[in-house]
Amino acid sequence: MPVLNAKRSAPTDDKRWKIVETRMRRLGDRPEALIEALHAAQEAFGFLDDDALQYVSDILGVPPSKVYGVATFYSFFTLKPQGEHTCVVCMGTACYINGAKDILAGLHDKYGIKPRQTTADNKLSLLTARCVGACSLAPAVIIDGEAQGKIKPDELIARLEAM
Amino acid sequence: MSEMPAARPRPRPVTGHGGAAPEGPARVTASVCCAASCVSAQSDLILKKLGEKVAEAGLSDVAVKRVGCLGLCAAGPLIAIPETGRLLRGVTPDTLEPVVEELRSARPNGHKEAQEPFFSKQVRVATENMGTIDPEDIDDYQAHGGYEALRQVLTSMTPAEVRDEITRSGLRGRGGAGYGTGLKWTTVAKAQGSPKYVICNADEGDPGAFMDRSVLESDPYRVLEGMAIAAYAVEASEGYIYCRAEYPLAVARLRTAIRNAQRSGFLGSAIAETNFSFDIQVRLGAGAFVCGEETALIASIEGRRGTPRPRPPYPAVAGLWGKPTLINNVETYANVSSIVRNGAQWYSNIGAAGGKSKGTKVFALAGRVVNTGLVEVPMGMTLREIVYDIGGGIVDGRPFKAVQTGGPSGGCIPAEYLDMPVDYESLIKVGSFMGSGGMIIMDDTSCMVDVARYFMDFCREESCGKCPPCRVGTTELYRMLDKICSGEATMEDLEEMEKLAAIVQRTSLCGLGQGAPNPIFSTLRYFRDEYVAHIVDRVCPAGVCTIKPAEVAR
Ligand SMILES: Cc1cc2nc3c(=O)[nH]c(=O)nc-3n(C[C@H](O)[C@H](O)[C@H](O)COP(=O)(O)O)c2cc1C
Ligand code: FES
Repeated sequence: MPVLNAKRSAPTDDKRWKIVETRMRRLGDRPEALIEALHAAQEAFGFLDDDALQYVSDILGVPPSKVYGVATFYSFFTLKPQGEHTCVVCMGTACYINGAKDILAGLHDKYGIKPRQTTADNKLSLLTARCVGACSLAPAVIIDGEAQGKIKPDELIARLEAM
Repeated sequence: MSEMPAARPRPRPVTGHGGAAPEGPARVTASVCCAASCVSAQSDLILKKLGEKVAEAGLSDVAVKRVGCLGLCAAGPLIAIPETGRLLRGVTPDTLEPVVEELRSARPNGHKEAQEPFFSKQVRVATENMGTIDPEDIDDYQAHGGYEALRQVLTSMTPAEVRDEITRSGLRGRGGAGYGTGLKWTTVAKAQGSPKYVICNADEGDPGAFMDRSVLESDPYRVLEGMAIAAYAVEASEGYIYCRAEYPLAVARLRTAIRNAQRSGFLGSAIAETNFSFDIQVRLGAGAFVCGEETALIASIEGRRGTPRPRPPYPAVAGLWGKPTLINNVETYANVSSIVRNGAQWYSNIGAAGGKSKGTKVFALAGRVVNTGLVEVPMGMTLREIVYDIGGGIVDGRPFKAVQTGGPSGGCIPAEYLDMPVDYESLIKVGSFMGSGGMIIMDDTSCMVDVARYFMDFCREESCGKCPPCRVGTTELYRMLDKICSGEATMEDLEEMEKLAAIVQRTSLCGLGQGAPNPIFSTLRYFRDEYVAHIVDRVCPAGVCTIKPAEVAR
């Protein structure tokens, strides 16, 4: 592949970089596009690796240290790849007083993982959230992006097992 | 399907996403809730299937329509029939036959909503279209009075007149502190510097709160219209909506609404054929609670770490890119068009029992209450009316213990205050805080020390780390609360904790640290005996905490 400007070209010819590039260009490739760019990269690749951070840094002209600082400040961004499936357990107040702790305990008993961990077979990543806005259906979880309310630990495990 | 004329005076049935529209006027409408809570229980599939079934059954005078939040989220997925006041609860994609039968035989009876206190005791301003209109259809919004206020403002009022109207309405910020909205608009208008910016705070970080999400998912044009009126009033031409990334449906609806508003000439240049220009961009949050704080939010829009800075200068004077910036909450903007259309006097007459708090407030009822969901009530309504009449009381008939308001900076209000009016001043008087409007109802299954520890854990994790009182103080307070919860603390520890809490409150940089000790203060004020029980008797009265056996602890 002919490289005109080595620094500014995407790390690989994976088409998903186009999405990231477009999102940055729409905001004029300016430093303030940083968070939007990281969102785009994470949406496209599932997490932010060194290549992604470096690429965004090059295009927007933001020092790598700052890019890293922002990526680690915001809990929505993750620098580690996730398992095949993700389960986000809401730990907001409504869910907390309605049994979110029991859900975490149930998942720990079954899979031996705590929040921010992935099972050894790389099948399931467990995450927590501050409130997913489904408080009236507490306790709530999000399985692979789909919210599910009023869930009990054994029902959740059954659903995860069926995947 | 025949094309409908643009400005029909009645609700326009909607198609194109699985709904069904009749050829002529609809006899009855099945309004299917498609806000996040019901969608999480497959209401989008219900919408599609019901549309198909109604068509199959040949019900040519029945409309099936997507609407926003119907309020009673606990009983979802919900379908409302606005012509008969029926609310169908717990519908599933496999139980649609009875719904079709009901639609076949339903006769309009003049009732608009279900005849029960959950609905009849509410007063809807910010949520007036919620559950009625299709949230993505700009024509439907206009058919319900949408954009009348913006037109009126642009063609017959000066910016100063708009500001005066808002000031006289008594509207106060719905994002937490309750600062006078008209006053804030006037400060921005008078501030030197251009361009000026208008920001909508849709970060909704308080856990257990979902008012702003519901407004954005159910009636996004109302927020855009409110922002446009504000921009005219402060003479700004660019706006941002900072929305948390945890709300994908709200973000999607906002983006659709912005596109449609641009196409219809309500955003962009020459709005409503005048020389006023204003456009809005969406910016996503990324899971940092502190970014709800206005200076941190501005840093985040600028692409930086969301750390607050000392105020003054306030954003009204030096905000985004150092320029004068108006920042208001979603619900604050959602009230604006109604105030313009109906007049300041009308608004300030609502909620007369609320003293200096005028109008209505939207609350998210959650926790151990029967009718969890979204409600809008006049300021000054009593807690008891909200919890028992509207909320339907406590789950399983258990005793009410406390209601938590104000999120992590708020407090827990005990049963002895059930008859207090809910307004900004009264809440502060009892040691709590209006906050953004989350109300979490607790029964005897909650331990108040555990609740205090829960919030401190939250603040400790969300502290941005910039100022030591908050960074170190919240961690230390958490450790002390944890010690109490596990039965390892002494009364001297409790005293120490109270002292430290006072220091953190006094010396932190922003509202996060200043408010963090509040849950401790309020639980100590009303539930000190529970603290003492953990320390002296080494028992958790609610049976929540795991007390370490005495020989291990001492
Ligand atoms: C830690 C912290 C978090 C906040 N979170 C929010 C929030 O999620 N939403 C919001 O509208 N205001 C939030 N605020 C209040 C804002 O700083 C600001 O006062 C508000 O957006 C102003 O709008 P209003 O006058 O319409 O209420 C927060 C404040 C603090 C200190
Ligand atoms: S507290 Fe769990 S969804 Fe809000």
